[in-house]
Amino acid sequence: MATESKRGRGGGYYLYLLPSAVLFTAVIVVPFLMNLGTSFTRWSGVGTARWVGLENYARLFADERFWTSFRNNVALIVAMAIIPTVLGLVLAAALFDHIGKRFGSRTASALRAAYYLPQVLPVAVAGVVWGWMLHPSYGAINKIFGLEADWLGDPDLALATVMTVMVWFQLGYPVVIFMAGLQRADPALHEAAEIDGASWWRRFWHITIPQIRPEIFVVLLTCTIAALKVFGPIFVLTRGGPGNATMVPSYFSYLNFFQKANVGYGSAIATVLAIIIVAVTCLFLLFQEREA
Amino acid sequence: MRRYPVLAALGVLAAAMLFPFVIVTFNAFKTPAEYSSGQPLSPPHGLNLDGIITFWTRVDFGEKLWNSFMISGSVAVLAVVLSVLNAYALGIGRVRGRLSILVVFLVANTLPQEALVYPLYYLAKEAGLYDSKLAIIIIFTVIQAAFGTYLLSAVLGQFPREILEAARMDGAGRFTALWRIVVPISRPTLSVLVIFFFIWTWNEFFLPLIFLISNDNQTVPVALGVLQGEREMDATTSSASALLGIVPAVAFFLIFQRTLTRGVTVGAIK
Repeated sequence: MATESKRGRGGGYYLYLLPSAVLFTAVIVVPFLMNLGTSFTRWSGVGTARWVGLENYARLFADERFWTSFRNNVALIVAMAIIPTVLGLVLAAALFDHIGKRFGSRTASALRAAYYLPQVLPVAVAGVVWGWMLHPSYGAINKIFGLEADWLGDPDLALATVMTVMVWFQLGYPVVIFMAGLQRADPALHEAAEIDGASWWRRFWHITIPQIRPEIFVVLLTCTIAALKVFGPIFVLTRGGPGNATMVPSYFSYLNFFQKANVGYGSAIATVLAIIIVAVTCLFLLFQEREA
Repeated sequence: MRRYPVLAALGVLAAAMLFPFVIVTFNAFKTPAEYSSGQPLSPPHGLNLDGIITFWTRVDFGEKLWNSFMISGSVAVLAVVLSVLNAYALGIGRVRGRLSILVVFLVANTLPQEALVYPLYYLAKEAGLYDSKLAIIIIFTVIQAAFGTYLLSAVLGQFPREILEAARMDGAGRFTALWRIVVPISRPTLSVLVIFFFIWTWNEFFLPLIFLISNDNQTVPVALGVLQGEREMDATTSSASALLGIVPAVAFFLIFQRTLTRGVTVGAIK
């Protein structure tokens, strides 16, 4: 007892970090450094890697396919972060102020549950659901609407289709988070503005949005990161095609790692992706800090 | 309709969101002939189980469910154990350098798996763990624990000091205090974490796709994702496969609904 307290705060507690220290080194730190290392080499995955310095990165910035993949990724940020946030704000405010007050909280919860349901699916399963519905020959969508569109196989349609699927998948998450935020907010301000005759839109813009600013930050950050990492739906729905119409960096790196045996090039793509994601996180956190 | 324009609009949107679930369910129970002659929107005439049985036996779906269950369950428990140990040292022990340690966990949690996958694949092969559930369990235990540590350290930072002090007076050592006091008192938070880790791991696709290549090891999302769009799959079998992917996910949601809705805002930090 006495000796233990003399050791002071902290001392013996390091022992509890030991299992994680070992596991994190093996699963995160070493692999990340190895990935960084191989990004400076030419390597097929077997035999010895040849050091090429920054060649992979130079090739990357000149690669039209890489830039296409990033443009598509921006489109997916719009579909997975921007549109769900904007729509989610309107929906959450409408459910909270209008439906909840006029038709009871049960109606509001039921609608919220309906919007949220796609979110409970594994994203690959969401892809399987839509892959079937959008199938060009026997898919339900074409059959119902009497169309013959090749939703995922037409280069002009594929990206827009994937974006729509992702909006469907993602929408419920901001609605749930924003509604929780609105419950926290102070209703007095809203009521005062209503008495003063402020329209719903004005109240929404000047009162609701500032009140749930922290939630908006969190949703934008998590959804942007999810969009940058998107892989499952692309793998299941389009494999990046047709051509490069839906190619994204994560699938592009997978392709180089496991199909083309360009491990060095794949590592460079993955490293750039990691840097972007960490940078986006830092930017958001800095911005949030300044706002707070 | 005219009296309730907002309700009507929100209701239409809800119907659109639920539309794929309804379509999949209806058509999974049709015969191929019934599907091609009728409208996908109409409910099935009877409960035809051919599509589901065909798909179930073809991929041995029971085995896939068991694999997913085994992997997600193991990860959930192990990752919570690891998170508790870390958070005990960081939140209660307040070890020196805890802030930088927390930043490391946070970065580990945001890193894309793409930047780890090839070395993990290579190392797993070297260690003879490639294409084994164990490799996936270890990897996801670490990834989930990164988030768990971050969250739980904040929770345990608020842990009432008097209780720990009283336990120390009674002669309880550090491990006893953790096991007999901290863990039982934090049970509600820990159970939310177990459920989250279970569902997050169940939903994973990228790493399981790469690590679990043999049929015997595949998880539900991997088995479905790999077979999607295969030539021999007809419309009703495809629909049945989608339904088999939906059912466990929706079941978890319904079972854990109350914990989840309480916890979704917690999970938002992820």
